[in-house]
Amino acid sequence: MTRADPNQVTPSILYLDGIEVSFDGYRALRGLSLTLDKGELRAIIGPNGAGKTTMMDIVTGKTRPDRGTALFAGSVDLTKLDESEIAELGIGRKFQKPTVFESQSVADNVLLALSGPRGPWSALFGLRSRVDVDRIDAVLAKVRLLEMRDSLAGALSHGQKQWLEIAMLLAQNPKLLLVDEPVAGMTDAETETTAALLREINAEHTIVVVEHDMDFVRMLGCRVTCLHEGAVLAEGALDAVSADPRVIEVYLGR
Amino acid sequence: MINADAHAILDRRSKLFLIILAVITAWVVFANAVIPESSQFHVSNGSVVLYGKYLTYALLALSIDLIWGYCGILSLGHGAFFALGGYAMGMYLMRQIGTRGVYGHPVLPDFMVFLNWRELPWAWVGFDWFIYAAIMVFLVPGLLAFVFGWFAFRSRVTGVYLSIITQAMTYALLLAFFRNDMGFGGNNGLTDFKDILGFSVQASGTRLTLFTLSALALAACFVLCRIMVASTYGKILVAIRDAESRTRFLGYRVEHHKLLVFTVSAMMAGLAGALYVPQVGIINPSEFSPANSIEAVIWVAVGGRGTLIGAVVGALSVNAMKTAFTTGVLAPYWLFVLGAIFILVTLALPKGIMGLVDRLMAAWKARTRPVAPPQPETGA
Repeated sequence: MTRADPNQVTPSILYLDGIEVSFDGYRALRGLSLTLDKGELRAIIGPNGAGKTTMMDIVTGKTRPDRGTALFAGSVDLTKLDESEIAELGIGRKFQKPTVFESQSVADNVLLALSGPRGPWSALFGLRSRVDVDRIDAVLAKVRLLEMRDSLAGALSHGQKQWLEIAMLLAQNPKLLLVDEPVAGMTDAETETTAALLREINAEHTIVVVEHDMDFVRMLGCRVTCLHEGAVLAEGALDAVSADPRVIEVYLGR
Repeated sequence: MINADAHAILDRRSKLFLIILAVITAWVVFANAVIPESSQFHVSNGSVVLYGKYLTYALLALSIDLIWGYCGILSLGHGAFFALGGYAMGMYLMRQIGTRGVYGHPVLPDFMVFLNWRELPWAWVGFDWFIYAAIMVFLVPGLLAFVFGWFAFRSRVTGVYLSIITQAMTYALLLAFFRNDMGFGGNNGLTDFKDILGFSVQASGTRLTLFTLSALALAACFVLCRIMVASTYGKILVAIRDAESRTRFLGYRVEHHKLLVFTVSAMMAGLAGALYVPQVGIINPSEFSPANSIEAVIWVAVGGRGTLIGAVVGALSVNAMKTAFTTGVLAPYWLFVLGAIFILVTLALPKGIMGLVDRLMAAWKARTRPVAPPQPETGA
């Protein structure tokens, strides 16, 4: 599906068109349309309730849209697949609240995320290889958690848990990473490190970051999409978007 | 090849557990068969049966801990799998009675003669052979668990809702097995067994053998559980227990993993039931009663959930207490005591007896080694 696919209808890695979702009558997404190029780093901003997390739920199969098109890699219809199928396609997600497996070691958390067979038989009878250990250590080194590899994930600080989640995303080796509020609750130094980390990861992966912290978005130095009331309000370079009077009105404003 | 190293499967504590189990088993065998009855160290035939029964309960508890402690599946109907395994064995034992029943019918067991049945129901065909019955001991509980789990896990029924439907499952089976037309002996169940594989079930040698087999089954299933939880598979189970949807987003088919562990656990419970029936000499529908399943969950909670050894320790200690209470003047109060134990453990020992052992050992280590050498943090 990566090369010339006859069914490919768009060159974008992610293509959302006219997505609508309602929860008990509340219209969370009202015709959201968004495209993402391969290799892009994109920040999504917008006030609470703008539909940022719902958009991620649609892409990862947690929520089914009432209407609209969601295509991955130009041809795969995401609305027909469930979470694990989408994860196998190569879409990884980091949640807003860091969710790591607290009662297991940092290295085991990454081990569970490593790309590879996911069935019970291979987990029971497959061979653990030296390569896996090297891959785990390589990923942990990248997020600066190598010296914590044998600690319990539950013992990590909030910021370290966020990094561990990013490490788990990397271990999955996804084509597309969805990162929800990676710097919430981080110190300024940690925020800077995270921005550098995401830019580094972007060299090989397409990334979507949802974030409120405008300083952090500036550090990312990428295209920005502002959502409002379940649709795209503005899109472009950060300076252009933040100068947009409508964005100032609903989000930056006051 | 199993995806875990031998040291992880049989860690120090597991080895110690297996050694203690072997020593106790050997001691009971010795004290029953060799030490004369006049000695105060003699273990009576009655006690051998009692201890054998405890061991089958311990195996049931182990099977519950595998799914509850490691995968967060709280089954309140595991007694159903235990009872089904018991019925499979009971049916074989019924067929072994042959013409020695009260009515002396050439083919049919007494209860079928009593109901004026003419021929053996289809479900009984094959139970004349031990091998067939032995396969059914695993197949029937395994199949029920597979079908039940397939629907429940695929529909993402979790937590308390799953517990409730497992409870409903065992209750439905209880009602079904009470009916005479089911063909499994109605409310009297199956009893009056004569022999197993040609040996009299009453003979002390048979009882000792069944006791030893129960201990061996417990040890073998314990090792099997250790293999499962110490491998990468066990890490996935714990991941599902702690953060199910996160595991799903990592690309794991949570329902497949749950289904495997649930089915294996049900088969273990079936084996426990099959060993239980020839020792106690009866199986009837009351084994399906929801209270039995709940009691087994309490054993696990008392012993310490998610430790495997705790399940065994809990089952043995609660049942020893039960025996002590229900044979004396305190008999009417046993359920109050059981309830009190459960509340006490939940409040004071959330990690059960094994949690207490961990705490005591940590305290002991801290006292014997007041000045600990500086060690790198291992986070253990």
